[in-house]
Amino acid sequence: MSRPTTTPTPLARCLALAAKDLRVERRSGEALLVIAPFGAVALLLAPLAVGVDTPLLAELGPALYWLVVLLFGVLVTLRGSAVDGPHQRAMLALTGVGPRILLAGRTLGNVALLLGFELLLAPVAVLLYNPDLTGWPWLLPVLVLVAGGLAVLGSIADALAAGLDGRTSLGPLLTAPIAVPLLLGATGVLNAARYDRPPWPWLLLVVTVDLVAALLAAWCATHMEDVA
Amino acid sequence: MPHTAPSRDQPGVVATTRPADEPCARLDGIAVTVGRTPILRNLDLVLNAGEVIGVLGGNGSGKSTLLRLLATLVRPSRGRGAVLGHELGGPGTIAVRPRIALVGHLPALYPQLTLAENLHLVARLTGREERSADRALALVGLAGAAHRRAESCSQGMARRAELARVVLAEPSLLLLDEIHSGLDRDAVELVDEVVTGVRGRGGACVLVSHEPDRLTGVADRLVRIVDGRARPEPQAVDAR
Repeated sequence: MSRPTTTPTPLARCLALAAKDLRVERRSGEALLVIAPFGAVALLLAPLAVGVDTPLLAELGPALYWLVVLLFGVLVTLRGSAVDGPHQRAMLALTGVGPRILLAGRTLGNVALLLGFELLLAPVAVLLYNPDLTGWPWLLPVLVLVAGGLAVLGSIADALAAGLDGRTSLGPLLTAPIAVPLLLGATGVLNAARYDRPPWPWLLLVVTVDLVAALLAAWCATHMEDVA
Repeated sequence: MPHTAPSRDQPGVVATTRPADEPCARLDGIAVTVGRTPILRNLDLVLNAGEVIGVLGGNGSGKSTLLRLLATLVRPSRGRGAVLGHELGGPGTIAVRPRIALVGHLPALYPQLTLAENLHLVARLTGREERSADRALALVGLAGAAHRRAESCSQGMARRAELARVVLAEPSLLLLDEIHSGLDRDAVELVDEVVTGVRGRGGACVLVSHEPDRLTGVADRLVRIVDGRARPEPQAVDAR
Protein backbone atom coordinates (compact mmCIF):
# COMPACT_ATOMS: atom_id res chain seq x y z
CA MET A 1 0.00 0.00 0.00
CA SER A 2 2.57 2.55 1.06
CA ARG A 3 6.12 2.71 2.13
CA PRO A 4 7.13 5.12 4.90
CA THR A 5 7.97 8.41 3.23
CA THR A 6 9.86 9.95 6.12
CA THR A 7 11.42 8.90 9.35
CA PRO A 8 9.24 10.48 12.00
CA THR A 9 11.27 12.35 14.56
CA PRO A 10 10.81 11.44 18.23
CA LEU A 11 9.15 14.83 18.74
CA ALA A 12 6.70 14.21 15.90
CA ARG A 13 5.81 10.85 17.41
CA CYS A 14 5.39 12.39 20.86
CA LEU A 15 3.11 15.05 19.42
CA ALA A 16 1.06 12.45 17.56
CA LEU A 17 0.62 10.44 20.76
CA ALA A 18 -0.23 13.50 22.83
CA ALA A 19 -2.73 14.67 20.21
CA LYS A 20 -4.35 11.24 20.33
CA ASP A 21 -4.66 11.42 24.13
CA LEU A 22 -6.13 14.91 24.02
CA ARG A 23 -8.59 13.98 21.28
CA VAL A 24 -9.72 10.94 23.27
CA GLU A 25 -10.07 13.18 26.34
CA ARG A 26 -12.03 15.80 24.42
CA ARG A 27 -14.56 13.16 23.42
CA SER A 28 -14.71 11.16 26.64
CA GLY A 29 -14.38 14.17 28.95
CA GLU A 30 -13.09 11.91 31.68
CA ALA A 31 -10.47 14.26 33.09
CA LEU A 32 -12.03 17.65 32.67
CA LEU A 33 -15.73 16.84 32.85
CA VAL A 34 -15.63 14.14 35.52
CA ILE A 35 -12.55 14.67 37.69
CA ALA A 36 -12.51 18.49 37.61
CA PRO A 37 -16.04 18.84 39.03
CA PHE A 38 -15.06 16.51 41.86
CA GLY A 39 -12.05 18.72 42.50
CA ALA A 40 -14.33 21.75 42.62
CA VAL A 41 -16.58 19.94 45.08
CA ALA A 42 -13.57 19.18 47.26
CA LEU A 43 -12.68 22.87 47.24
CA LEU A 44 -16.27 23.67 48.20
CA LEU A 45 -16.31 21.22 51.10
CA ALA A 46 -13.38 22.84 52.90
CA PRO A 47 -15.22 26.13 53.60
CA LEU A 48 -18.19 24.12 54.82
CA ALA A 49 -15.92 22.30 57.27
CA VAL A 50 -14.02 25.39 58.40
CA GLY A 51 -17.10 27.55 58.77
CA VAL A 52 -17.39 31.29 58.22
CA ASP A 53 -13.88 32.13 59.37
CA THR A 54 -13.07 34.10 56.20
CA PRO A 55 -9.50 35.14 57.15
CA LEU A 56 -8.63 31.52 57.93
CA LEU A 57 -10.06 30.39 54.59
CA ALA A 58 -8.10 33.08 52.76
CA GLU A 59 -4.97 31.87 54.57
CA LEU A 60 -5.62 28.19 53.78
CA GLY A 61 -6.91 28.79 50.26
CA PRO A 62 -3.68 28.39 48.26
CA ALA A 63 -2.63 25.29 50.19
CA LEU A 64 -6.05 23.69 49.73
CA TYR A 65 -6.00 24.54 46.03
CA TRP A 66 -2.65 22.84 45.54
CA LEU A 67 -3.73 19.88 47.65
CA VAL A 68 -6.75 19.34 45.42
CA VAL A 69 -4.61 19.82 42.29
CA LEU A 70 -2.17 17.22 43.58
CA LEU A 71 -4.70 14.58 44.61
CA PHE A 72 -7.10 14.94 41.71
CA GLY A 73 -4.31 15.68 39.26
CA VAL A 74 -2.90 12.24 39.98
CA LEU A 75 -6.21 10.77 38.84
CA VAL A 76 -6.04 12.87 35.67
CA THR A 77 -2.61 11.48 34.85
CA LEU A 78 -3.61 7.90 35.58
CA ARG A 79 -6.45 7.77 33.11
CA GLY A 80 -3.92 6.84 30.41
CA SER A 81 -3.80 3.15 31.17
CA ALA A 82 -7.58 3.10 30.85
CA VAL A 83 -7.29 4.70 27.40
CA ASP A 84 -4.61 2.28 26.23
CA GLY A 85 -5.80 -1.26 26.78
CA PRO A 86 -3.57 -4.27 26.08
CA HIS A 87 -4.58 -4.35 22.41
CA GLN A 88 -3.88 -0.66 21.90
CA ARG A 89 -0.53 -1.02 23.65
CA ALA A 90 0.37 -3.92 21.37
CA MET A 91 -0.65 -1.89 18.32
CA LEU A 92 1.48 1.06 19.42
CA ALA A 93 4.45 -1.22 20.14
CA LEU A 94 4.20 -2.68 16.64
CA THR A 95 4.49 0.77 15.10
CA GLY A 96 8.07 0.65 16.39
CA VAL A 97 7.52 3.32 19.00
CA GLY A 98 9.64 2.53 22.06
CA PRO A 99 8.64 3.00 25.70
CA ARG A 100 10.68 6.20 25.93
CA ILE A 101 8.58 7.93 23.29
CA LEU A 102 5.36 6.44 24.62
CA LEU A 103 6.20 7.86 28.03
CA ALA A 104 7.14 11.26 26.62
CA GLY A 105 3.98 11.43 24.50
CA ARG A 106 1.81 10.54 27.45
CA THR A 107 3.59 13.15 29.58
CA LEU A 108 3.06 15.83 26.96
CA GLY A 109 -0.64 15.10 26.85
CA ASN A 110 -0.80 15.05 30.64
CA VAL A 111 0.87 18.46 30.91
CA ALA A 112 -1.82 19.96 28.68
CA LEU A 113 -4.59 18.23 30.62
CA LEU A 114 -3.20 19.24 34.01
CA LEU A 115 -2.81 22.84 32.93
CA GLY A 116 -6.44 22.82 31.87
CA PHE A 117 -7.36 21.20 35.17
CA GLU A 118 -5.43 23.82 37.16
CA LEU A 119 -6.92 26.69 35.18
CA LEU A 120 -10.44 25.35 35.68
CA LEU A 121 -10.02 25.06 39.44
CA ALA A 122 -8.13 28.33 40.02
CA PRO A 123 -11.14 30.67 39.64
CA VAL A 124 -13.19 28.33 41.82
CA ALA A 125 -10.56 28.59 44.56
CA VAL A 126 -10.39 32.39 44.22
CA LEU A 127 -14.16 32.62 44.41
CA LEU A 128 -14.49 30.38 47.44
CA TYR A 129 -11.47 31.46 49.49
CA ASN A 130 -10.86 35.04 48.41
CA PRO A 131 -7.11 34.66 48.94
CA ASP A 132 -4.63 37.54 48.96
CA LEU A 133 -3.43 37.56 45.35
CA THR A 134 -0.35 39.70 45.96
CA GLY A 135 2.46 38.30 43.82
CA TRP A 136 0.02 36.42 41.58
CA PRO A 137 2.40 36.55 38.55
CA TRP A 138 4.47 33.94 40.37
CA LEU A 139 1.52 31.65 40.00
CA LEU A 140 2.07 31.37 36.25
CA PRO A 141 5.46 29.57 36.28
CA VAL A 142 4.32 27.52 39.26
CA LEU A 143 1.23 26.31 37.40
CA VAL A 144 3.40 25.16 34.51
CA LEU A 145 6.09 23.58 36.70
CA VAL A 146 3.61 21.72 38.90
CA ALA A 147 1.74 20.49 35.84
CA GLY A 148 5.05 19.31 34.34
CA GLY A 149 6.25 17.53 37.46
CA LEU A 150 2.94 15.92 38.20
CA ALA A 151 2.53 14.88 34.56
CA VAL A 152 5.91 13.13 34.53
CA LEU A 153 5.30 11.38 37.84
CA GLY A 154 1.80 10.33 36.80
CA SER A 155 3.03 9.01 33.46
CA ILE A 156 5.72 6.94 35.17
CA ALA A 157 3.25 5.51 37.67
CA ASP A 158 0.77 4.88 34.88
CA ALA A 159 3.35 3.06 32.77
CA LEU A 160 4.59 0.98 35.69
CA ALA A 161 1.11 0.09 36.91
CA ALA A 162 -0.40 -0.53 33.46
CA GLY A 163 -2.06 -3.91 33.23
CA LEU A 164 -1.88 -4.55 36.97
CA ASP A 165 -5.01 -5.29 38.96
CA GLY A 166 -4.25 -2.68 41.60
CA ARG A 167 -3.54 0.04 39.06
CA THR A 168 -5.88 2.62 40.54
CA SER A 169 -4.46 2.16 44.04
CA LEU A 170 -0.86 1.69 43.05
CA GLY A 171 -0.69 4.81 40.89
CA PRO A 172 -1.48 7.35 43.61
CA LEU A 173 0.72 5.46 46.08
CA LEU A 174 3.68 5.74 43.72
CA THR A 175 3.01 9.35 42.77
CA ALA A 176 1.79 11.15 45.86
CA PRO A 177 4.89 10.80 48.11
CA ILE A 178 7.23 12.19 45.43
CA ALA A 179 4.75 14.91 44.57
CA VAL A 180 4.54 16.25 48.13
CA PRO A 181 7.50 18.62 47.61
CA LEU A 182 5.59 20.04 44.64
CA LEU A 183 2.74 20.90 46.99
CA LEU A 184 5.11 22.45 49.53
CA GLY A 185 7.01 24.39 46.88
CA ALA A 186 3.93 25.68 45.09
CA THR A 187 2.34 26.87 48.33
CA GLY A 188 5.65 28.29 49.52
CA VAL A 189 6.14 30.38 46.37
CA LEU A 190 2.79 32.09 46.77
CA ASN A 191 3.19 32.64 50.51
CA ALA A 192 6.69 34.06 50.04
CA ALA A 193 5.47 36.42 47.32
CA ARG A 194 2.59 37.53 49.52
CA TYR A 195 4.85 38.32 52.48
CA ASP A 196 7.44 40.00 50.30
CA ARG A 197 10.04 37.30 50.82
CA PRO A 198 12.11 35.86 47.96
CA PRO A 199 10.13 32.99 46.39
CA TRP A 200 13.21 31.62 44.61
CA PRO A 201 14.09 28.89 47.12
CA TRP A 202 10.55 27.45 46.84
CA LEU A 203 10.59 27.77 43.08
CA LEU A 204 13.93 26.00 43.08
CA LEU A 205 12.36 23.18 45.09
CA VAL A 206 9.64 22.76 42.46
CA VAL A 207 12.20 22.85 39.65
CA THR A 208 14.31 20.28 41.49
CA VAL A 209 11.34 17.93 41.85
CA ASP A 210 10.65 18.36 38.14
CA LEU A 211 14.25 17.51 37.29
CA VAL A 212 14.28 14.50 39.60
CA ALA A 213 11.01 13.34 38.04
CA ALA A 214 12.48 13.77 34.55
CA LEU A 215 15.59 11.78 35.50
CA LEU A 216 13.41 9.10 37.07
CA ALA A 217 11.37 8.96 33.86
CA ALA A 218 14.52 8.61 31.76
CA TRP A 219 15.77 5.80 34.00
CA CYS A 220 12.42 4.03 33.99
CA ALA A 221 12.13 4.40 30.21
CA THR A 222 15.57 2.83 29.76
CA HIS A 223 14.51 -0.07 31.94
CA MET A 224 11.24 -0.42 30.05
CA GLU A 225 13.24 -0.34 26.82
CA ASP A 226 15.25 -3.29 28.08
CA VAL A 227 12.24 -5.39 28.85
CA ALA A 228 10.22 -4.32 25.81
CA MET B 1 23.45 -15.39 0.12
CA PRO B 2 21.93 -12.47 1.97
CA HIS B 3 18.88 -10.87 0.48
CA THR B 4 17.12 -7.64 1.16
CA ALA B 5 13.92 -7.86 3.12
CA PRO B 6 11.06 -5.99 1.42
CA SER B 7 11.04 -3.14 3.91
CA ARG B 8 14.74 -2.78 4.41
CA ASP B 9 15.10 0.27 2.28
CA GLN B 10 12.18 2.01 3.88
CA PRO B 11 12.92 5.12 5.87
CA GLY B 12 12.14 4.63 9.52
CA VAL B 13 12.72 0.91 9.42
CA VAL B 14 16.05 -0.37 10.61
CA ALA B 15 17.74 -2.57 8.09
CA THR B 16 18.11 -6.22 8.90
CA THR B 17 20.07 -8.90 7.21
CA ARG B 18 18.24 -12.16 6.90
CA PRO B 19 19.76 -14.82 4.68
CA ALA B 20 17.39 -15.97 1.95
CA ASP B 21 17.20 -19.47 3.31
CA GLU B 22 16.57 -18.31 6.84
CA PRO B 23 12.98 -18.73 8.00
CA CYS B 24 10.83 -15.74 8.89
CA ALA B 25 10.56 -17.12 12.37
CA ARG B 26 12.20 -19.95 14.24
CA LEU B 27 11.36 -21.05 17.76
CA ASP B 28 13.54 -23.64 19.50
CA GLY B 29 12.40 -25.12 22.77
CA ILE B 30 10.52 -21.97 23.70
CA ALA B 31 8.71 -21.67 26.99
CA VAL B 32 6.51 -18.75 27.99
CA THR B 33 5.23 -18.27 31.49
CA VAL B 34 2.61 -15.66 32.28
CA GLY B 35 2.70 -14.84 35.97
CA ARG B 36 3.39 -18.25 37.42
CA THR B 37 1.39 -20.11 34.82
CA PRO B 38 3.35 -21.90 32.10
CA ILE B 39 1.56 -21.28 28.82
CA LEU B 40 3.99 -22.60 26.23
CA ARG B 41 6.43 -25.41 26.99
CA ASN B 42 9.34 -26.51 24.87
CA LEU B 43 7.67 -25.30 21.68
CA ASP B 44 9.42 -25.69 18.34
CA LEU B 45 8.20 -23.98 15.22
CA VAL B 46 9.68 -22.91 11.91
CA LEU B 47 7.86 -20.41 9.71
CA ASN B 48 9.34 -20.13 6.27
CA ALA B 49 9.13 -17.17 3.91
CA GLY B 50 5.97 -17.28 1.82
CA GLU B 51 4.38 -19.76 4.16
CA VAL B 52 0.99 -19.61 5.85
CA ILE B 53 0.56 -21.66 8.99
CA GLY B 54 -2.75 -22.33 10.69
CA VAL B 55 -2.58 -22.76 14.43
CA LEU B 56 -5.30 -24.72 16.16
CA GLY B 57 -5.94 -25.38 19.80
CA GLY B 58 -8.54 -25.25 22.50
CA ASN B 59 -9.37 -22.30 24.68
CA GLY B 60 -6.41 -21.32 26.82
CA SER B 61 -4.02 -23.58 24.92
CA GLY B 62 -1.62 -20.71 24.24
CA LYS B 63 -2.50 -19.78 20.65
CA SER B 64 -2.72 -16.07 21.34
CA THR B 65 0.42 -16.20 23.48
CA LEU B 66 2.23 -17.78 20.54
CA LEU B 67 1.14 -14.87 18.34
CA ARG B 68 2.28 -12.33 20.93
CA LEU B 69 5.59 -14.15 21.18
CA LEU B 70 6.05 -14.00 17.40
CA ALA B 71 5.08 -10.32 17.54
CA THR B 72 7.98 -9.86 20.01
CA LEU B 73 5.51 -8.60 22.61
CA VAL B 74 6.22 -11.48 25.01
CA ARG B 75 9.62 -12.63 26.09
CA PRO B 76 10.37 -16.34 26.24
CA SER B 77 11.20 -17.58 29.70
CA ARG B 78 13.26 -20.39 28.19
CA GLY B 79 14.53 -21.45 24.80
CA ARG B 80 15.64 -19.41 21.83
CA GLY B 81 13.90 -17.85 18.92
CA ALA B 82 14.35 -15.41 16.10
CA VAL B 83 11.79 -13.35 14.19
CA LEU B 84 12.69 -11.70 10.88
CA GLY B 85 16.36 -12.16 11.65
CA HIS B 86 16.21 -10.73 15.18
CA GLU B 87 16.76 -12.75 18.31
CA LEU B 88 13.68 -12.71 20.53
CA GLY B 89 14.33 -10.47 23.51
CA GLY B 90 17.46 -9.12 21.83
CA PRO B 91 18.40 -5.48 21.38
CA GLY B 92 16.93 -5.13 17.88
CA THR B 93 13.46 -6.19 18.88
CA ILE B 94 11.85 -2.76 18.68
CA ALA B 95 13.38 -2.11 15.26
CA VAL B 96 11.79 -5.19 13.73
CA ARG B 97 8.30 -4.52 15.07
CA PRO B 98 7.08 -2.24 12.25
CA ARG B 99 7.49 -5.23 9.93
CA ILE B 100 5.07 -7.29 12.00
CA ALA B 101 1.29 -6.88 12.04
CA LEU B 102 -0.87 -8.46 14.69
CA VAL B 103 -4.63 -8.49 14.55
CA GLY B 104 -5.86 -9.71 17.90
CA HIS B 105 -9.22 -11.21 18.69
CA LEU B 106 -10.33 -7.81 20.01
CA PRO B 107 -9.86 -4.63 17.98
CA ALA B 108 -6.90 -2.40 18.80
CA LEU B 109 -8.85 0.71 17.87
CA TYR B 110 -9.42 3.70 20.11
CA PRO B 111 -13.20 3.71 20.50
CA GLN B 112 -13.46 7.51 20.80
CA LEU B 113 -11.53 8.11 17.58
CA THR B 114 -12.91 7.73 14.09
CA LEU B 115 -11.64 4.94 11.89
CA ALA B 116 -9.69 7.50 9.86
CA GLU B 117 -8.14 9.01 12.99
CA ASN B 118 -7.12 5.56 14.19
CA LEU B 119 -5.40 4.86 10.89
CA HIS B 120 -3.89 8.34 10.69
CA LEU B 121 -2.26 7.78 14.08
CA VAL B 122 -0.57 4.63 12.77
CA ALA B 123 0.46 6.48 9.61
CA ARG B 124 2.01 9.34 11.60
CA LEU B 125 3.86 7.03 13.94
CA THR B 126 5.29 5.00 11.08
CA GLY B 127 6.20 7.89 8.81
CA ARG B 128 3.48 7.41 6.22
CA GLU B 129 1.19 9.95 4.69
CA GLU B 130 -2.34 10.22 6.02
CA ARG B 131 -3.76 9.73 2.55
CA SER B 132 -2.17 6.26 2.51
CA ALA B 133 -4.33 5.49 5.52
CA ASP B 134 -7.38 6.82 3.68
CA ARG B 135 -6.54 4.63 0.70
CA ALA B 136 -6.18 1.60 2.96
CA LEU B 137 -9.61 2.26 4.44
CA ALA B 138 -11.07 2.58 0.96
CA LEU B 139 -9.43 -0.68 -0.06
CA VAL B 140 -11.18 -2.59 2.71
CA GLY B 141 -14.51 -0.96 1.85
CA LEU B 142 -14.64 1.55 4.69
CA ALA B 143 -14.28 4.81 2.77
CA GLY B 144 -17.86 5.72 3.62
CA ALA B 145 -17.38 4.99 7.30
CA ALA B 146 -13.99 6.63 7.69
CA HIS B 147 -15.37 9.41 9.88
CA ARG B 148 -17.43 7.17 12.08
CA ARG B 149 -16.16 6.63 15.59
CA ALA B 150 -14.83 3.13 16.21
CA GLU B 151 -17.19 2.71 19.17
CA SER B 152 -20.18 3.00 16.87
CA CYS B 153 -18.87 0.49 14.33
CA SER B 154 -19.93 -3.13 14.13
CA GLN B 155 -17.48 -5.92 14.93
CA GLY B 156 -17.13 -6.64 11.24
CA MET B 157 -16.31 -3.01 10.46
CA ALA B 158 -13.75 -2.94 13.25
CA ARG B 159 -12.20 -6.08 11.78
CA ARG B 160 -12.03 -4.44 8.38
CA ALA B 161 -10.39 -1.38 9.93
CA GLU B 162 -7.80 -3.69 11.47
CA LEU B 163 -7.20 -5.19 8.04
CA ALA B 164 -6.76 -1.66 6.72
CA ARG B 165 -3.98 -1.23 9.28
CA VAL B 166 -2.35 -4.38 7.89
CA VAL B 167 -2.71 -3.09 4.34
CA LEU B 168 -1.11 0.18 5.43
CA ALA B 169 1.78 -1.49 7.23
CA GLU B 170 2.70 -4.00 4.50
CA PRO B 171 4.13 -6.41 7.06
CA SER B 172 6.61 -9.18 6.44
CA LEU B 173 5.03 -11.21 9.20
CA LEU B 174 1.27 -11.21 9.59
CA LEU B 175 -0.33 -12.66 12.70
CA LEU B 176 -4.10 -13.07 12.73
CA ASP B 177 -5.99 -14.21 15.80
CA GLU B 178 -9.48 -15.58 15.16
CA ILE B 179 -9.69 -13.16 12.28
CA HIS B 180 -12.74 -14.78 10.70
CA SER B 181 -15.09 -14.30 13.61
CA GLY B 182 -17.74 -11.70 12.88
CA LEU B 183 -16.80 -11.33 9.22
CA ASP B 184 -19.18 -11.61 6.29
CA ARG B 185 -18.28 -13.49 3.11
CA ASP B 186 -16.78 -10.43 1.40
CA ALA B 187 -14.61 -9.70 4.38
CA VAL B 188 -13.40 -13.31 4.51
CA GLU B 189 -12.30 -12.90 0.91
CA LEU B 190 -10.58 -9.70 1.95
CA VAL B 191 -8.63 -11.64 4.58
CA ASP B 192 -7.55 -14.08 1.90
CA GLU B 193 -6.41 -11.20 -0.31
CA VAL B 194 -4.40 -9.65 2.52
CA VAL B 195 -2.79 -12.97 3.34
CA THR B 196 -2.01 -13.56 -0.33
CA GLY B 197 -0.46 -10.10 -0.51
CA VAL B 198 1.87 -10.78 2.40
CA ARG B 199 2.81 -14.17 0.99
CA GLY B 200 3.42 -12.62 -2.42
CA ARG B 201 5.91 -10.16 -0.91
CA GLY B 202 7.86 -13.06 0.57
CA GLY B 203 6.37 -12.66 3.98
CA ALA B 204 4.73 -15.23 6.18
CA CYS B 205 1.43 -15.53 8.01
CA VAL B 206 0.19 -17.28 11.08
CA LEU B 207 -3.56 -17.68 11.43
CA VAL B 208 -4.99 -18.79 14.72
CA SER B 209 -8.38 -20.38 15.01
CA HIS B 210 -10.12 -22.96 17.11
CA GLU B 211 -12.13 -24.02 14.06
CA PRO B 212 -10.10 -26.04 11.52
CA ASP B 213 -12.63 -25.37 8.76
CA ARG B 214 -11.81 -21.68 8.89
CA LEU B 215 -8.24 -22.40 7.85
CA THR B 216 -9.06 -24.75 5.02
CA GLY B 217 -7.79 -23.40 1.75
CA VAL B 218 -5.78 -20.66 3.38
CA ALA B 219 -3.05 -22.35 5.40
CA ASP B 220 -0.25 -24.40 3.89
CA ARG B 221 -0.04 -26.53 7.00
CA LEU B 222 -1.64 -26.76 10.37
CA VAL B 223 -0.17 -27.17 13.81
CA ARG B 224 -2.06 -27.74 17.01
CA ILE B 225 -1.00 -26.42 20.38
CA VAL B 226 -1.34 -29.19 22.92
CA ASP B 227 0.11 -28.94 26.41
CA GLY B 228 2.05 -25.89 25.36
CA ARG B 229 3.78 -27.65 22.46
CA ALA B 230 3.17 -27.35 18.73
CA ARG B 231 2.27 -30.62 17.05
CA PRO B 232 1.69 -31.08 13.34
CA GLU B 233 -1.97 -31.59 12.60
CA PRO B 234 -2.38 -34.93 10.76
CA GLN B 235 -4.93 -33.60 8.30
CA ALA B 236 -2.75 -30.91 6.89
CA VAL B 237 -4.47 -28.55 4.51
CA ASP B 238 -2.76 -28.17 1.21
CA ALA B 239 -5.03 -26.16 -0.98
CA ARG B 240 -2.41 -23.91 -2.49
